[in-house]
Amino acid sequence: MGNLLELRDVSKTFGEVAALHDVNFHVGANEIVGLLGDNGAGKSTLVKIITGYHRPDPGGEIHWQGRKLEHLSVARAHELGIEVVYQERALADKQSLWRNIFMGRELTGPLGVLDVRGMRIETRKLMQSAMGFTSSAITPESTVKTFSGGERQGVAITRALYFKAELVILDEPTMGLSLSETRKALDFVEGIKKAGKAAIFIDHNIFHVYPVADRIVVLDRGTVAGQFLKDEVTLDELTNRLYRVARTGSLDARGGDR
Amino acid sequence: MSAEEAARPLSKTAERGPVSRFLRTYALQLGIVGVAVVVWVLFLIGSPRTFLAGDIYVSFMSTTPFFALVAIPLTLVVITGEIDLSFPSIMAFGMMGYDVVFLWTGNVWLGFLACLTCGLLAGLLNGFIVVRIGVPSLVTTIGTQFLLRGAVMIVTNGQGLGMTEVQETGLHSALVGRAFGFVPAQFFWTIGVGLAVWFLLNRHRYGAHVYLTGDNVESARLMGVNVGRTKMVTFALVGVVAAFAGFVVSSEVLFFWPTLGEGYMLNTLASVFLGGTSVFGGTGTIFGTFVASFIIGAINAGIVAAGLTGFWTSFIYGLIIVASVSIQTVVSRRLT
Repeated sequence: MGNLLELRDVSKTFGEVAALHDVNFHVGANEIVGLLGDNGAGKSTLVKIITGYHRPDPGGEIHWQGRKLEHLSVARAHELGIEVVYQERALADKQSLWRNIFMGRELTGPLGVLDVRGMRIETRKLMQSAMGFTSSAITPESTVKTFSGGERQGVAITRALYFKAELVILDEPTMGLSLSETRKALDFVEGIKKAGKAAIFIDHNIFHVYPVADRIVVLDRGTVAGQFLKDEVTLDELTNRLYRVARTGSLDARGGDR
Repeated sequence: MSAEEAARPLSKTAERGPVSRFLRTYALQLGIVGVAVVVWVLFLIGSPRTFLAGDIYVSFMSTTPFFALVAIPLTLVVITGEIDLSFPSIMAFGMMGYDVVFLWTGNVWLGFLACLTCGLLAGLLNGFIVVRIGVPSLVTTIGTQFLLRGAVMIVTNGQGLGMTEVQETGLHSALVGRAFGFVPAQFFWTIGVGLAVWFLLNRHRYGAHVYLTGDNVESARLMGVNVGRTKMVTFALVGVVAAFAGFVVSSEVLFFWPTLGEGYMLNTLASVFLGGTSVFGGTGTIFGTFVASFIIGAINAGIVAAGLTGFWTSFIYGLIIVASVSIQTVVSRRLT
């Protein structure tokens, strides 16, 4: 089985700053890849390239299911089924729940007229089936601003799933969540695996990434410092190596050979 | 507390009945209607003879549309988190288009088309500078306000234009005629523009994107909303409607003054903000703007009719606006 997504020699420079330098990265079919790295390692830039928000510098290639993508835009990434749950959760606070669920992909009739009824009904269904909202205080008309951190995460994750994601990217999904909410987010990652989809799980907390990832990629200062199949490395060993990266920039592991 | 209750996701919103939910959802709209009623009752007490007769209302319906028309699309600009201060100049810039084309062809209808086209172009110019060049809209439209006014002055040489020819076409009675002999047609146009823009804002994809752009521009962009195009369309809409309003005003007085639009700036902006639209973007209603424009329109006449001198006008304007927006801010904070 080939790779779902593959980046070859991808670099990204912002003015004089090289955020990414010749990164080779792939996600296999139905694989959960943990992406670890310190602040400024280039995780967010990598994600924004995969979602079409940033273009890589000339020379870098993006392949999807074995085919090279020439121009990856946000809209194209949506079509392909690349979905992101962002760390800031990408919700519009003052808008209603249904407007958030369908943000940027509103259900419309002829001439772009909104199918408000349809969106409300779908939202209500999703609330019961996927989000686990039981409180009758929350309706499709509720504004997202009033939700708790876990509820907001639920909205962002449900939105990704609703649009039939092939590859779900979770950008620090556990940040700012309580213990039980974190557990819920990790359950969701396992749910992606069971559903036969792939995911990239970004975090700097290795204790969250390790249990759910199949493979862990370590990014440091814009390059891939190394990667490990989970079966080949224990949590202790991995932790030690990460400390070494932070200090020396070298992982002393099988680096970059995929 | 049962285990089931404890497991319920935490939320600041408590359980509430449908009435309470309705009040919360429409708090700002109800608030502005409340302000309107209070202002009206005060005027009624202050000057019953004027406010129990019909004439004063006909006069409101005649003059308020001059700025209410522009306040409606301007609401969308403010919801996207931008501002447009150039609309008074666009009103004149559109009429400059009429002026040139009418003098050239002698055709009122072609002149009217030219007027709307000039408004559209002026709006697109604002949009282009804000979206493509990236200049903040406050700065952009201060600039284009002078630029467009200057263009009007240069092209018209500061000369006005009589509009009596408009009376000979159906356009005059359609825009500023008196329906049933007394209701000014511009009042219906204001309702029409209000309904059309309400539909765009609440029932069309474009309007959904207007809200999202103003609420969280970064997440809107990440979710694939074309933020630039949304803002561009919004500025263009203000441009077209401002030019239309310019034509309506000029038709009413049957003369185009190159200074047209001066004096509408603050009334229009006040209508938008008094109507509950947040300067921070992301929230606002057409209904609020519509009602607020008529409050603003009533204050002036009301004060004079109540026997106060015109010197009080500014003071009472300010009082009502400051008090209303303060209450709105407190209420909005409580509701979340």
